[in-house]
Amino acid sequence: MTAAIMKLPELLSWVVNDEPVEPAVARQRQQRLAELRREQVLRPTIFVGAGTCGLGAGAKETLAAIHKHLDEHEIKADVIMVGCIGLCSLEPIVEVQLPGHARVCYKQVTGDKVAGLLDRALAGQCPDELVLGQHRNDAIEPWADVPFLDEHPFFAPQTRWVLANCGIIDPSQIDEYIARGGYKAAVEMLRKTTPETVCDIVEKSGLRGRGGGGFPTGKKWKFARASAGDQKYLICNADEGDPGAFMDRAVIESDPHRLVEGMVIAAYGMGATKAYVYIRAEYPLAIKRLKAAIAQAEAYGLLGDNILGSDFGLHVVIKMGAGAFVCGEETALIHSIEGRRGMPRPRPPFPAVSGLFGKPTIINNVETLANLPTVLAFGADRFAALGTKTSKGTKVFALSGKVSRTGLVEVAMGTPVRKIVFDIGGGIPNGKAYKAVQIGGPSGGCIPSQHLDIDVDYESLKTVGAIMGSGGLVVMDEDTCMVDVAKFFMDFIQRESCGKCIPCREGTRRMLEILQRITQGRKKERGTDALERFKSVLHLQSLAETIRDTSLCGLGQTAPNPVLSTLRWFRDEYESHIYERKCPAAVCAELVTYSIDADKCRGCTVCAKKCPAGAIVGAAKSPHHIVVEKCIGCGACIDACRFDAVVKE
Amino acid sequence: MAKNDLDAVLERYPNASRDALIPILQDVQQELGYLSRDSVVRIGEHLNLPASKIYGVATFYNQFRFQPQGRNHIQVCRGTACHVKGSAAILDAVKRELRIEPGQTTRDGQFSLEVVACIGACGLAPVICVNGEFHAGVTTKTVGKIIDSYRRKGSPNDGSDHETT
Amino acid sequence: MITIEVNGRPIPAEKGEMLLTALRRAGIKVPTLCHIDGLNATGACRMCVVEVEGQRGLTPSCAFPVADGMKVHTHSPRAVTARKTIVELLLANHPDDCLYCNRNGNCRLQYLAEELGVRQRRFAGDRTRHHIDASSPSIVRDPGKCILCGKCVRVCEEVQRVAAIDFIGRGSKTKIGTAFDEGLNVSSCVNCGQCIAVCPTGALSEQSQVKEVLDALNDPNKIVVVQHAPAVSVTLGEEFGMAPGADVIGVMTAALRRLGFDRVFDTGFTADLTIMEEGSELVHRLTNGGRLPMLTSCSPGWIKFVETQYPDFIDNLSTCKSPQQMMGAITKTYFAEREGLNPTRIYSVSIMPCTAKKFEAGRPEMGRDGLADVDAVLTTRELASLIRMAGLNLRDLPPDTADTPFGERTTAGKLFGASGGVMEAAIRTAHYLVTGRELGDLKVESVRGFDGVKEARVQVGDLNLGVAVASGLGNASRLLDQIRAGRSDLHFIEVMTCPGGCIGGGGQPIGANADAVRARMQKLYAIDADESVRVSHHNEAVQRLYAEFLGAPLGEKSHHLLHTHYAERGVVS
Repeated sequence: MTAAIMKLPELLSWVVNDEPVEPAVARQRQQRLAELRREQVLRPTIFVGAGTCGLGAGAKETLAAIHKHLDEHEIKADVIMVGCIGLCSLEPIVEVQLPGHARVCYKQVTGDKVAGLLDRALAGQCPDELVLGQHRNDAIEPWADVPFLDEHPFFAPQTRWVLANCGIIDPSQIDEYIARGGYKAAVEMLRKTTPETVCDIVEKSGLRGRGGGGFPTGKKWKFARASAGDQKYLICNADEGDPGAFMDRAVIESDPHRLVEGMVIAAYGMGATKAYVYIRAEYPLAIKRLKAAIAQAEAYGLLGDNILGSDFGLHVVIKMGAGAFVCGEETALIHSIEGRRGMPRPRPPFPAVSGLFGKPTIINNVETLANLPTVLAFGADRFAALGTKTSKGTKVFALSGKVSRTGLVEVAMGTPVRKIVFDIGGGIPNGKAYKAVQIGGPSGGCIPSQHLDIDVDYESLKTVGAIMGSGGLVVMDEDTCMVDVAKFFMDFIQRESCGKCIPCREGTRRMLEILQRITQGRKKERGTDALERFKSVLHLQSLAETIRDTSLCGLGQTAPNPVLSTLRWFRDEYESHIYERKCPAAVCAELVTYSIDADKCRGCTVCAKKCPAGAIVGAAKSPHHIVVEKCIGCGACIDACRFDAVVKE
Repeated sequence: MAKNDLDAVLERYPNASRDALIPILQDVQQELGYLSRDSVVRIGEHLNLPASKIYGVATFYNQFRFQPQGRNHIQVCRGTACHVKGSAAILDAVKRELRIEPGQTTRDGQFSLEVVACIGACGLAPVICVNGEFHAGVTTKTVGKIIDSYRRKGSPNDGSDHETT
Repeated sequence: MITIEVNGRPIPAEKGEMLLTALRRAGIKVPTLCHIDGLNATGACRMCVVEVEGQRGLTPSCAFPVADGMKVHTHSPRAVTARKTIVELLLANHPDDCLYCNRNGNCRLQYLAEELGVRQRRFAGDRTRHHIDASSPSIVRDPGKCILCGKCVRVCEEVQRVAAIDFIGRGSKTKIGTAFDEGLNVSSCVNCGQCIAVCPTGALSEQSQVKEVLDALNDPNKIVVVQHAPAVSVTLGEEFGMAPGADVIGVMTAALRRLGFDRVFDTGFTADLTIMEEGSELVHRLTNGGRLPMLTSCSPGWIKFVETQYPDFIDNLSTCKSPQQMMGAITKTYFAEREGLNPTRIYSVSIMPCTAKKFEAGRPEMGRDGLADVDAVLTTRELASLIRMAGLNLRDLPPDTADTPFGERTTAGKLFGASGGVMEAAIRTAHYLVTGRELGDLKVESVRGFDGVKEARVQVGDLNLGVAVASGLGNASRLLDQIRAGRSDLHFIEVMTCPGGCIGGGGQPIGANADAVRARMQKLYAIDADESVRVSHHNEAVQRLYAEFLGAPLGEKSHHLLHTHYAERGVVS
């Protein structure tokens, strides 16, 4: 196809720069694009991070306070809701840009701080206590004495390709995406590149599936291309089920067009004309944003029949998941879209040969697809220049848990985990010691301190029993009990097991029970329970191996990982639970003993009133005492005590 | 009345095949608040699917309920980040406060409780979500206050969508 | 043909087939719990895992295609340990009441535990508690014994197209049940019992009436009359270690007598009677413009299937009762009169290859004056247990013959036991009724055999009839769908609920494979070839019954005693 038959929306034609125009027109266009990129604003502009994280932290109140403030003071300013810049722990994040000045980012702007901030920020000041940094803007003189955002320790080590626009652009405006180079890669692909070449480029770029498996994306597409069939499907897996992962949600909420463009590229490459986005129903905002983005893309001729006048067409349908972790597995996901129970089936045949409705189907996750515009824009070589030998490009992580700065982090492949946790995340808060980071969700593993220098790389992570996974990165400190963590994951897995194959259904349940016995107090043990406890521990490892060896799908095969991984690195904690009947981190309620420090106790009686087991005795105004035999370890007394007199160990 | 709501949903799916089942169940639950026996049978007739298959699908997924939920629906996130930050204790505190177990509704119909695997707001852990409103960094001490604030309101603010709540 | 290497030896395999198929052909035993011959593998039970070189984990042989030169180890320590662990995991959630279980000694789980040498309880823990569903007159479900292999679900949906049951819930809370987890009696279940036939454990069994029958036998005031269906004598032997297809009619009759039954009748007699009535009905419909195609009504699962899922075909069903019910009706009328017995003293038992017959016997229209025509129905399996209980050895008994007046049957009646048999018998008699001459070659090859649907054009006098035979409700429903869509070349359709007909019935000995069912079928054909009276209208006892009691086919008495009506039923009531 040629440029001549390619009808472009006006804005896109400017970006792609089709025909030479008069310098004056070119200048005018560049100015409009710069406006859309907000390099310059004509009047004060206030950006509010209104992703799910921001809203959860109170962005709604912040927004209301901003409007109230502007109304009361009759200030004319634009208020724009953007997505998530990624620093969840400092939400709500508000940015203010004044005409002629760089955009400045402020942290933790809760509703009560709005008036104070705006009073000063709109007057041309940058309140130090709230400032996070200013955006770099070559066109404008920067603020003096305000650090640059990209020098902030959270952002400096990152390489933001997938997240480039997140928190920056208005996700509801396709023009803002286009002004930043969006859809350019897709247009040029449709003009110049055959689908086979697209597959080659993607394969050569070294892009691997970001959903967990790490299968080379281009190679996967080629399987589907090679499969016979007039109808082929692309499925975008946005059923981000890993507890501890929220990258896909944030990308869709903050930059939905990047995903849409990625789907156009993928569908063209593999030969699909229909795409499904299987997205969690728990993500209402992301669904709303994606729906809007699809509608805009259709209006611009970027989706639908004969995209931009070419003979390639793509229709995108959103399917909401209904809450089943196992639907992250490809064949289960397909069954779910078909209206069946999301139970996996044996492979072969692989979905690339026989998938949705029996047709060749490729399933790519959100982050994989969101990488594609970059892959095509950069070309295979430049993309592959970043990263390690076998892992190319960047990886987005959802950093959470016991770490100072939580949020979305995108780093080059090969970045040491230590850098993510300690430089980007700011280390462990409250002076506590690092214990481990769980990577890859329930199917992954944990990385102990002695391996913190391991690189983010598909292969190296496997050497320590972890996996890249989808990108959940949960940090744990000395107050985290690793047996409890293993139990948590087993509980999750056994609840989310589809129940089809025996090893996963029955085995995970028994593994959970073994962990429950280990963490259970003596009080509940009857008869030969203590013997059973020891006996079952002996079988833990062999049971784990059978589940791994024989389960039907990836969920089952990786189900024992949390136990195997914690057992490998934290055997001593298991031993404390089993032999000493103690939880070193004082987490496992039944192994924890509570007592009252008589010196601190004022005898206020609050704890005794709150105790659901009636285990606390003592007269008013004299120190209280906990009857250990009655205590159920719920911790209600600790919450109730205003004098920190309750001690747990 | 329920019948009409159901009809309205089914009319949106003319000549539908099995792949429309889950969207229909989602829409019906949106309209009715839960999946009634009658609605399952009617959906079966509409899609020409045995009721046993629909029941099998609906019981597979966490989303579907067969009893009406409370006026205020509390979801406690039990994701990894929330767990590490103490969501087990949060859940216990909510259970103590409402005296119900997950999946149940209080006798006065005010509150229902649900445990969700991960709500995707890990950066704000631990999180609970009431009627779609997120509450970040919840502690066992603040659980009571949060619940009280809804108890006073009595019922959710209708009609508001998730973005603005 | 390609060659694969299994346990160090080459074995041949066909390109594209699953590894399990090749292994079985080579006589290498790999256990399965969820596999059903002829249906796609679900890969659920993981019992058939083997080591395939180059594969990371263990490979399910049921769902893994063979490849030239692949190296397989079926009984490596790793594979055997995995299988054993899987069985141990199942046992950890199993009631452990083998001694009280209806499948004691005939249970796949028990067998595999033994074969794999499980000698201790390695995994102890919570067992899922379930209610037993005994609501159905035919089938009892004990979900506590269920290992969730899913075979019942698949047979019910894929073979029978009934889909009364499905998986409910998820993970370790998964169970199998009806819509809304209600009783089987209010579901769309047609009581065929195919689920029982495939169940590897005691989770599904027939609703036993052994105790009622024993009570009746022990009651001196009861005259206990028994009838046995044509398909029973060729399967009962399997319960006693005989080869599939062994005909034990003589010793079975002897055993029934020793059990204390006062009269032993052959349902083949009323099969012949059915042909007289149904053949006449068909001729009547053909000549009087009645509703066509006429559908047979011998198979009670099929009847309920039509009532629930194809009510628009109710008028197509022959109004004839099934042979079991005809026998019940004439036993409590003609036989009672003849013997001078008060019908209330007669306890009528039938031995059936079928669980749906239990439901049929309980249908309110199947009796008169508050008296059921058939009081108890035993499956072939239940009869075997009665015989064992009485200490009888089938091999030692001198053969015996059935009683008058209902002991005589033709081979046409005997053919009822196989799919196509009713059709063949009906064609033979219809030809005689229409033309007054016997059919030239009595063997109607086109309706014989194991195919799910068999069709033929038959010349009966001036009439060129389109006939079809379906077995398995899935096949039947596909046929009905064609007719709904406008197909009009068929005049008469025989439907048997169970694949292969009654010889493959849900009440037959457990563990029969397709080869066993074929052997049973061949025996029925052999009986037809060997005996001399091969048409129902030559059954002299039937003729006597008409002469002495009924009058003529479709007559007044027949109408009251031998015909019935059907009504639409809600699928989920």
